[in-house]
Amino acid sequence: MAGKTATATGPGRVLVAVYGIFALAATSRAGVQIATKFHEAPLAYILSAFAAVVYVLATIALARGGLRWWRVAVVACSVEFLGVLTIGTLSVFDRAAFPHATVWSVYGEGYLFIPLVLPVIGLYWLRRTAPRS
Amino acid sequence: MILALAVAIAVCAGLVALWSFVDAARNRMPERPLLIALVVIEVLLVAQLVIGIVLLARGGHPGSLATYLAYLIGCLIVLPVGAGWALAERSRSSTVVLGIACLAIPVMVLRLNEVWSGG
Repeated sequence: MAGKTATATGPGRVLVAVYGIFALAATSRAGVQIATKFHEAPLAYILSAFAAVVYVLATIALARGGLRWWRVAVVACSVEFLGVLTIGTLSVFDRAAFPHATVWSVYGEGYLFIPLVLPVIGLYWLRRTAPRS
Repeated sequence: MILALAVAIAVCAGLVALWSFVDAARNRMPERPLLIALVVIEVLLVAQLVIGIVLLARGGHPGSLATYLAYLIGCLIVLPVGAGWALAERSRSSTVVLGIACLAIPVMVLRLNEVWSGG
């Protein structure tokens, strides 16, 4: 496997599975929100959709191997981490602005705080599987 | 929704998840009995789908129809895709992947019932 990265073997497969479940959860949630009540809170639901895209991208990138997908995964996990910290903090300090939940509200409280821990594990795994040049 | 069925599915899926993690801790790859247990859970989920649609057709009103349908159909996807992913590379991690997929089921089924009763 010269020149390949191995994000999707061994323990990486478990990580991909967890990401996949979050991709499904975030996508369904955003889809329902946008399809049925978008006018109620456009910003929150756009953020919801953004989170869904990040999870889907991270899942695909981690499941694929290779240098390019490894880089996509690093970007996706970093954006995810920034997203959960930013939205988490904003939603704690200004609940009025975030009355409508996203996956990242209150640091992923509604999802057992897994959204907060997942990108850290993801980035750690990406460091372990970093391509050597 | 029929709460008894939901609880039964949740408990079964929880037990199979535990079974998977114990197997993984013992360094085992997924074996046939575990896969049969997954099929049983999937059959129960299909039964839930049928019951869920019949209840809708009889004029039931879930709290949010779109969310209700998303959970009703979404929970059918998890085990087949999870098992496919787990078995594509057979190792101890495959068994953990099956356990993780099973853990998602109780969460989804219980949320489904909350949505049905207006949550």
